[in-house]
Amino acid sequence: MRYVDEFRDPVTGQQLLQQITHQVRVLGRDAQHPLKIMEVCGGHTHTLFKFGIESMLPEGIEMVHGPGCPVCVLPVGCVDDAIAIATQPNVIFTTYGDTLRVPGSQKSLLQCKAEGADIRTVYSPSDALALARQSPDRDVVFFGIGFETTAPSAALTLLQAHEEGLSNFFLFSTHITIIPTLQALLDDPLLQIDGFIGPGHVTMVIGLEPYLALCETHHKPIVISGFEPLDLLQSLVMLLEQFQTGRCTVENQYKRVVQNSGNRIAQQALEKVFLPRECFEWRGLGSIPNSGLQIRPEYAHLDAEKRFLLPSRSVPDPKACQCGEVLKGAIKPWQCKVFGTACTPETPIGACMVSSEGACAAYYNYGRLATTRTLPQER
Amino acid sequence: MTDTKPTRQPVPDSTEARYPSPQLWDRIEGARRRAGRVRDTVITQAHGGGGKAMRDLIDDVIRSAFDNPNLQIQEDQARFSLAEMALHGDRLAFTTDGYVVSPLFFPGGDIGKLAVNGTINDLAVSGARPLYLSCSLILEEGLPMDTLREILASMGQAARQAGVQIVTGDTKVVPRGAADKIFISTAGIGVIPASQQIAAHQLQPNDAILINGYLGDHGAAILIARGELQLETTIESDCAPLHGLIAALLDAKITPRAMRDLTRGGLAATLNEIAQASNLHIAIDATKIPIRPEVQGFCEILGFDPIHLANEGKLALAVPAEQAQTALAVMRAHPLGQHAAIIGSCRPEPKGIVTLQNGFGGERILAMLVGEQLPRIC
Repeated sequence: MRYVDEFRDPVTGQQLLQQITHQVRVLGRDAQHPLKIMEVCGGHTHTLFKFGIESMLPEGIEMVHGPGCPVCVLPVGCVDDAIAIATQPNVIFTTYGDTLRVPGSQKSLLQCKAEGADIRTVYSPSDALALARQSPDRDVVFFGIGFETTAPSAALTLLQAHEEGLSNFFLFSTHITIIPTLQALLDDPLLQIDGFIGPGHVTMVIGLEPYLALCETHHKPIVISGFEPLDLLQSLVMLLEQFQTGRCTVENQYKRVVQNSGNRIAQQALEKVFLPRECFEWRGLGSIPNSGLQIRPEYAHLDAEKRFLLPSRSVPDPKACQCGEVLKGAIKPWQCKVFGTACTPETPIGACMVSSEGACAAYYNYGRLATTRTLPQER
Repeated sequence: MTDTKPTRQPVPDSTEARYPSPQLWDRIEGARRRAGRVRDTVITQAHGGGGKAMRDLIDDVIRSAFDNPNLQIQEDQARFSLAEMALHGDRLAFTTDGYVVSPLFFPGGDIGKLAVNGTINDLAVSGARPLYLSCSLILEEGLPMDTLREILASMGQAARQAGVQIVTGDTKVVPRGAADKIFISTAGIGVIPASQQIAAHQLQPNDAILINGYLGDHGAAILIARGELQLETTIESDCAPLHGLIAALLDAKITPRAMRDLTRGGLAATLNEIAQASNLHIAIDATKIPIRPEVQGFCEILGFDPIHLANEGKLALAVPAEQAQTALAVMRAHPLGQHAAIIGSCRPEPKGIVTLQNGFGGERILAMLVGEQLPRIC
C-alpha cells in the first residue's frame, strides 16, 4: 500500500538494524548493561510488537513501554464518573470504541451499555455534535479522553457547540498532557531510563519547544518519532548517535508530520477551552500535578462535570498491581506478581493490561514467544 | 298515503333462492383453498398468529421463493430417502447457524444469501456434500413485506445456485423492538464421503496451510455499509458457497487434514482453534496472505487487522506438504480460489500456538481477540 509500505521496507530495516547493532557495540552495551529506552506512546508499543521489532534489536537495547496509552491510564474513578453520566435518564453517552472495555470499580462502559444505558461509539467528537443537533431533546455527552492528540478536536467541537448555542451537548474531559507526565516520571527515583522515543502525534500539536527544559534538566535525550517500523528504527539510530557524540537534545525524526513549532490552531483551541487541573489521578502512576485538563469556567454550561452530579471518587489501584513499576521501567511486565494469572486481557486488573496497546497486554498477546524463548526459567 | 297497499315481499319459491347453489359452495371452497395473496405492505402480528394470514404468508411469500418438490408435501417435517443419501457417503453432517447481520443488505450480499451460504460452508468444510437446509425466520412487526420478499428471493437464488434445497422452516413474528427487523436461522444436512476424515486434530507437522483468497472483505464491507465511518470504498462481501471449490479439491485426490471456513474472528481465530486442537505450532508468513489494498487501507485508518476480520467465502485448509502445490493449482483454477495462497506450515513446537512472521523480519504470536476489534483512539 502506497505511503505505508515505504516505511515498512525490510531491506532498509535490516540496514538500520545493522547500524543500531554497531552503535550499541561501540557504546559497550550488552544484555547485562542494556541501554533502557522508553517509548512513551502506546502507538509505538503497538508497532514494536506488531512487527516483532523487539526480537530483532540487539541485546544491548531494552525497550521500556511507557504510559502513553490514554486508554490504559484512564483511572477507575473516571470510568465510574463516565458510568454515572451514561446511566442518567435522557443521556446519550458517546465515546471512542476502545474506551468501552476499561474496567471501573464495579463495571465497564460495555457492561453498562448491555444493562441498557444509551452508549454509542463515535469516531470523532464531531459525530457526537451531529447527534446533539439531531436529538435536541436528549443530552449528548462526549467522553473526551487522550493527550494533546485528541484534546484539540474535543476543544474545537466544544467551541463549535458554543457558537451554535447548543444546550444539549456536553464534554466530559479526562484529557491529559504529556509534559507534566514526563516530568513526574523523570522526577521518580524508581525510573531507570537512558533516553526517550517521543510521541509523534502529541508533538505534532505541541511542537518541540516544551520538551527542551525537561531534556536539559534531566539530561535525557529525546527523539520524536513516527509510527511505522522504519520511523522507530531511525529514531533509535538518532538516539544512539546522541549517546555516541555525548549530545543531549530534542530531535525530530517525524518531520513529514511534526513541525518544530507544532500546530498553532490546535494549541490555541486547547488554550481557549482548557485549564490544567491541580492534580490528575492516573491508573498505575498515581496523582500527577497539572497533568489533567479541565474545561474553563466560561464554558461551564457545556461541561459534563458541572451538568451532572458525579461521584468523583479517587479509587486506588488494586494492591497486587505493579503497573507503576512497569510503566517506569523498574520491572518487565512478566515480572509482575499477577501478570497472566489474575491479570489477563479478559480480566484486566491494571492499566497495562486494559488496552491492546498497554505494555502488559502487548506482551501477553505478542510477546510470549520472546519471553518463553529467552527467559524460560522466569516463566 | 292512507291507501298505500302493503307491498308483497317476493317469496322465494325455489330451493335455489333459499339455499346457495352448489356452484357458490364450490366457488367459496375454491377461494378458501387457493393460496392467498399477501397484500399487506408490512409484517403484522397477524402473520405469526397461526391463522389464514400466516398461511398466506407461508404460501405466497415463503414457499414460492424456495419452490422445490420437498416443500410441496406440506407436512410438519421434510422427509428424505436414506438410501438416496447413502449414495453420497457414510456419515451425515448436521449444522445450524443464526444470522442477525446489520445492515440487512450490503455490497456483495444480504442476510438471505449469507444464511444459505454460511450453513452450506459449515457443512462443506467437513468434506460433506450439502443437501438440505431449514429456514427459521424471526420477523419484527413492521418489517416491510418487500424487504422480506427480497431477502427470501435471495435465499432461494443462493440455494438453487448451490444445488441445495430449503425443505422445512418456521416463521415467528415478534413485537416491534423485540428483534431487529429479521433474524434467520438455518440448519443444514449433508453427507460425508467415506474417504474423508477431515478434523482439526488430524493436523501433522510439515503440513502446508492454504487459504483461498483475499481476507477481510466481508468484515470491512459490513462495517462500511453501516455508514458510521463515512468512508466510500468499492469493497464487497466475499459471501459465497465453498462446496464447489472443496469438491474440486477432493476430486483432485487432495486429502485435507483440517479445513475450516473463516468467519467471525477471521483467520486468527480459526488457526488458533486448529493449533490448539492439534497441539501443534502453525507458523504463518504474513507476506503470503492475500489482502486487498482497499481492505488494508481501511484497516490502517481504524487500527484494525484484516487477519481478525470476518469472511464469508474463505476457508483455510491444511494438506500434506507433498499435496500443497497441486491443491494450490486446483484452487487457483476455481473462480472462488483465484487468489489462493500457501501461507504457512505446521511445526511440532512450540505447541498449540500460531506465529506470524512479518515482512519486516520480526515474529509474533497471533492471538485470538478477547472481544471484537474496537477502533483505536490514536
